[in-house]
Amino acid sequence: MKIMKTCLTAIISSLMIFSPMAYADKWSDQFPHIKATGDIPGDCSYEKMSKKNYKGKTLKINTHAIPVMGEPTALHAEQFEKLTGAKVEVTHTPAGDLYSKAMVPFQAGQAPYDIVFGFSNFINDWKRYLAPVPKKYMNSPEMKDVTKSHMGVSSWDGTMYQYPVDGDRHYLKYRKDVIDNPEMQKKYKADTGKELKVPTTWKEYGEMAKYFNGWDWDGDGEKEYGSAEVMKKDDLMFAAFFSRSVAYAKNPRTPGGFFFDLETMKPNINNPGFVEALTDWVEATKYVPPGGTNFGLGDEIGSFGGGQTLFSFSWDDAFIAAMQDDSPIKNKVGAAPLPGANKVWNRVSNSWENQYNQAPYIVWGWAVGVAKKSKVKDMAFDYLCFFSNGANHQADLAIGRFGVNPFKNSDFDPNIYINSMGWDPEIANSYTKTLLDMEKSNNRVFPLRVPGVFEFTSAVATGTSKALAGQLSPQEALDEVAKEWEAIVSRVGKKAVQDAYAVGVKMEDNKL
Amino acid sequence: MNFKHKYFFLFPGLFVLIGILIFPIIFVVRLSLSGWNSYNPGLDYIGLENYIRLFTDDPRFWESFFRLSFLSVTTVILQYVIGFALAHMVWKDIKFKRFFRVLFLVPMMTTPVIMTVIWRTFFHESLGPVNDMLSIFGVAPKWLTDPVIAKFTVIIVEVWQWTPFMFLLLLAGLLSLPKEPFLAAAIDGASPVRKFIYVTFPLMAPISIGAIIIRLIEASKIMDTVYVLTSGGPGTSTETSSFYIFIKGLREFQMGYAASMSFTYLIIMIISLTIIAKVLTKVLLKE
Repeated sequence: MKIMKTCLTAIISSLMIFSPMAYADKWSDQFPHIKATGDIPGDCSYEKMSKKNYKGKTLKINTHAIPVMGEPTALHAEQFEKLTGAKVEVTHTPAGDLYSKAMVPFQAGQAPYDIVFGFSNFINDWKRYLAPVPKKYMNSPEMKDVTKSHMGVSSWDGTMYQYPVDGDRHYLKYRKDVIDNPEMQKKYKADTGKELKVPTTWKEYGEMAKYFNGWDWDGDGEKEYGSAEVMKKDDLMFAAFFSRSVAYAKNPRTPGGFFFDLETMKPNINNPGFVEALTDWVEATKYVPPGGTNFGLGDEIGSFGGGQTLFSFSWDDAFIAAMQDDSPIKNKVGAAPLPGANKVWNRVSNSWENQYNQAPYIVWGWAVGVAKKSKVKDMAFDYLCFFSNGANHQADLAIGRFGVNPFKNSDFDPNIYINSMGWDPEIANSYTKTLLDMEKSNNRVFPLRVPGVFEFTSAVATGTSKALAGQLSPQEALDEVAKEWEAIVSRVGKKAVQDAYAVGVKMEDNKL
Repeated sequence: MNFKHKYFFLFPGLFVLIGILIFPIIFVVRLSLSGWNSYNPGLDYIGLENYIRLFTDDPRFWESFFRLSFLSVTTVILQYVIGFALAHMVWKDIKFKRFFRVLFLVPMMTTPVIMTVIWRTFFHESLGPVNDMLSIFGVAPKWLTDPVIAKFTVIIVEVWQWTPFMFLLLLAGLLSLPKEPFLAAAIDGASPVRKFIYVTFPLMAPISIGAIIIRLIEASKIMDTVYVLTSGGPGTSTETSSFYIFIKGLREFQMGYAASMSFTYLIIMIISLTIIAKVLTKVLLKE
């Protein structure tokens, strides 16, 4: 018995010493950022990085302004310096200038930055200046954990140019304490004759948002409103419009292009599906908070995250902000797929199909690449691998302002959010299920990734903002956008746009 | 010493002039004749294609130009009137004169982008203090989301930021005026209003023309205020030429086309400001 006890104690002690927890403690003492998990073994773990020696070498990074993505970049740079002896210089740039700040030197044949942060839809314009991700990283267990969607978003026709550090998609966020409240449900039913539930169509979304607009429905003494949306011109608003369009215009029975008809390269942007979405959006100006038509992403996060609106839809940030410890609505929000529609446009038969349709929008998000002309490519890839290692990634996910969102299959485990972030299990489950279902969908829409992508998206922003401001009707606005798109295709070259667009269509049609 | 050696002393200045003025203009002209963009970088030659597109197929540029004309003329007139009034006030012997002189210059000393962010917060329609205060009177203007009001919001911010510059120039002008005409007017028993109309204002005409032209040149480059406050919206209602050129050049990366717009804009501004200066000289100096 005594021998058994001794053996058992020895085994437990060994486990304690060699278990990830104890192994992690060594690093989490030095790096409090990972105190929740400690180091997690992997190819780019703290342990592995500490064995690298980059003394005397300098790594230059251009990233976004603090905090979103800029703060984790700087933090991991500091950690990387301590572990490897490298010198890391981080430059922070506003989002609107990330493209040009890299593109100008790229085009001039220079590489002032070894690592450039940007958005995943830059890939077509940037890929000729970026080094493909080397095989050893592609084969790492961390990379194998990246979801298929985000492998696709980071790659161009099978070659990965952007190192996955973030996952983005648009989904619906709602006030669970209102929608699930039996009293509110009774009141809504009595006043409208309809059920109060998580909206599954944009029409339901509009009806509920309108009903809950302009009165104090949470009893905090302040007026609340229906919806917070990104409507400010050029401030990512085109992505919000596409989120509203997918339900009406992404028909799983008509493969071959959501934005264009791939065969003819005729824009679909002014077809009745998109026009219906824009009509809904113009209607939405009536149920956003005062000034809501000038809301950028930051305003949207602050508005929904601060408890000002019933609904919101866009990137994860507003949801994470709402679930942070200092939020007045922590554990009072829910996540659900983007609403769908009871009809969808069939661009082949030129008619509406009266059946329910829902399509996830795997929107573009943060992306990062290593300059082809960098002289420290190995160190640059090591830094990126370290940035997204298991411990850093889990710690980053918990901090809303970092802008790091799930992109690994292991991120869809609700226990991460329950245990380390204190989320209500039901909310954590609905959040991970929403994200996971998007990955499984066969009707996904990916961002437009063609040469001169900014010309296309800028045209959408201008056209839709004219409709929101009442300068043009939705049809007139989108006709103007379609005309501009045709002009851009002609300027860039039909073949060049078509070839690039075909890669995105393959992903949407589940052929890649 | 050879007299021609004096030309060597001109070279440093000449190099600077070529480097910072002549070369950029020549480069912009060359760039405007190319199709440089994100997918086709380089100085290829496409002739006048960009200019033809600008003059025949881009109403947005011309709309933004007329909008800019309205915004810059309105802001400069307001700055001139307010600046003159303030300068006139502290020109007199009043209490705390030095304090006011410094106080009126404070807006100009602040960073325009940061101040515009603060103004945007003030004018935020649901969270800002302006509408919060106005709600006492039951009004809540749509400062940033109404196409007409948004233009006036831009004007308010511009006037606040740059009136001190006008104030400074006009105060310098007032302080340099000769005393004799005022003494003569006082002996003749002229009222303060008549003194202003018949003595101060005419004497200030040359400096007024200079101040107005300098401010018009600056105001015609309105960019940061629009960028931060409205991003040119709602719709395109506050989009100015410089903001539009910025979008085409640095957002959409149509460098060649943006260069053609910049050069056209430069020519238009040179012509229109020359005409304005002539007209002002004729009207104010009665030449």
